Amino acid sequence: MNKIKQILSNFFASIGNQIKKGFKFLIHVTRLDVAFKFIKEKIKIGLQFIGKYLAKFACLIKLDIVWNKIKAIYERLSQHDWFIATLLLWPYVLLFSIFIALPVAIAIGLSMFHFDAVQTPTWAGFQNYIMIFTSDSVFAKNVLPNTLKYALLVGPGGYILSFFLAWMLTQIQAKARTVLALALYTPSMVGGLFISVVWRTLFSGDEAGYINHFLLTNGMIEKPIQFLQSPEHLMNIMIVVTLWSSMGIGFLAMISGILNINSEIYEAAYIDGIRNRFQEIIYVTIPSMKPQMLFGAVMAIVNAFSSGYIGVALSGSNPTPDNSGQLIINHIEDFGLQRYEMGYAAALSVLLLVIIWLFSKIAYKIFGEKD
Amino acid sequence: MGFQGTKINPKKFDRSQLKFYIILVPLAAFMLLPIVYMFSQAFKPLDELFMFPPRFFAINPTWKNFQDLMRTASTSGVPMSRYLFNSIIITITIVVATIFITAMSGYALSKKKFKAKNTLFSINQAALMFVPVAVAIPRYLIIVNIGLVDNPLVHIIPALAMPVGLFLVKQFIDQIPDVLIEAARLDGAGDFYILRKIIIPLIVPALSTVGILSFQAAWGATEASNIYISDETMKTFSFYLSTLTSQATGNGVAGAGMQAAASLIMFLPNLIIFILMQSRVMNTMSHSGIK
Repeated sequence: MNKIKQILSNFFASIGNQIKKGFKFLIHVTRLDVAFKFIKEKIKIGLQFIGKYLAKFACLIKLDIVWNKIKAIYERLSQHDWFIATLLLWPYVLLFSIFIALPVAIAIGLSMFHFDAVQTPTWAGFQNYIMIFTSDSVFAKNVLPNTLKYALLVGPGGYILSFFLAWMLTQIQAKARTVLALALYTPSMVGGLFISVVWRTLFSGDEAGYINHFLLTNGMIEKPIQFLQSPEHLMNIMIVVTLWSSMGIGFLAMISGILNINSEIYEAAYIDGIRNRFQEIIYVTIPSMKPQMLFGAVMAIVNAFSSGYIGVALSGSNPTPDNSGQLIINHIEDFGLQRYEMGYAAALSVLLLVIIWLFSKIAYKIFGEKD
Repeated sequence: MGFQGTKINPKKFDRSQLKFYIILVPLAAFMLLPIVYMFSQAFKPLDELFMFPPRFFAINPTWKNFQDLMRTASTSGVPMSRYLFNSIIITITIVVATIFITAMSGYALSKKKFKAKNTLFSINQAALMFVPVAVAIPRYLIIVNIGLVDNPLVHIIPALAMPVGLFLVKQFIDQIPDVLIEAARLDGAGDFYILRKIIIPLIVPALSTVGILSFQAAWGATEASNIYISDETMKTFSFYLSTLTSQATGNGVAGAGMQAAASLIMFLPNLIIFILMQSRVMNTMSHSGIK
């Protein structure tokens, strides 16, 4: 104890000396910058002192005892699953809440306000939603029909297509299957931007465009078509391009789902009177891979609704020509990031989330397993 | 008449398979056409790019487009290699961090018993249908408010939580028998030891799938450079490519070959990694079902 007392008194005495010196110096000093420099230096010296003494203290009170205590507490706590789970989960939960859950909550909240990103938001109630359905003519005339048409063709359409492709792939041998599955999956790896680089040159509007040239030389058209700028064609091209790139992980899941079905189930079904492959699909294949079907369906829905940037990427402008390729996502961006009507854009976002939710509700109804 | 087999996953070729090949091979060829086109476009010399009538394949393939791409700098004088360097660093960080985060949370959600477990998992399952672009505006407000604007971390942090990844990993860990973990625990292994030495080696297929998915997302992302970063030297390669694309719409012709070359550089890593990992991915996918 005496030792500690001695060290402490030394410590305070020396700090006191430093402070005294400092005050003496300050009295003589008139220029502020010199004073600042001086104070900085003194603080540095002071910190060094404190550090030195702390190190001495640490030797005296034996840090390893404290460490052992902490370790013991940790060991006791780690008997509980909830503690370990918290330790393991907090990074994901934190990131998830900030970047996935919170945005959804904010979108719902914001949709109740008028907000232009500069002035303070003012309460709007359900006005934004009412406006979407009553006074937004672009939304009613183009965006909603476009989104529904696009989503129905790309979502369920792409889904059924990928199921049949997956099914056909399982009917051939493994090596050929791997190669063909890779060929079908490859387009989905090419991100949105690169899709537009390739397809834009293919659909280029002058006669040097690949598809125009092909149609011209075969006498199917007389003059080149401005594919990407014409309202009649843009939507169809968007659908084709998205379908082209829609054999993603849902498709892979379905292939392995079909491959994993036990062949005894088929044998039993044949004994029970199934006669052909069509019945096989309806009565055996689909029912025994419901979980994969559901996963594929959710992926297809997400793909259908999140690839809306493609219209803008292909035509190069938002809004797209005559709003022909305008989907809800482009509409949100148009209002949110170009016109700064954040409240209205948020209401549109909520609407989109509700639509996606409804679609997957249907998928769960069809493929979900009730327990 | 006996049972003839269902012909699912046949061992050898049979004439009855021919009809599937007739549909699948042309379709696969059609799916690959634009990609082959991208390849040939990238290797075409300038005069062939704008030749009339257009030709599908390059006659005199050259590396010139790639060299041009290397030499060209963006309007603000940042060389391409800088964007590429940024992209590589960002992508590697995202992939490694995502794999660790999903492995940890997947283990907790699958093998630990605690109150909120089922709730958390069903929230995550609902988030499978989450479309980030739908809530672009709230995300923007959040990122601005937590001070990530003009911070290189803005490329990385928002991309780390991946519901699909966690879902796949959790489903995959579910099929590891509890007995294995119990045995290790009896031998005195702690949870982190079990995670490191038992779980992670067993779920390598699922983790590589997560790696591929996050790689694809991170490698092609332009959102952060587009909206949150104003310093050119902090932007990514895919962003640089997108500026090439918009420049090309402006003056029509100049960058077409370079664009194709850049798209090829963007696309090839995806393809190579997927080919190397494809058996692992398929292995993971067989546990992907939603029940």
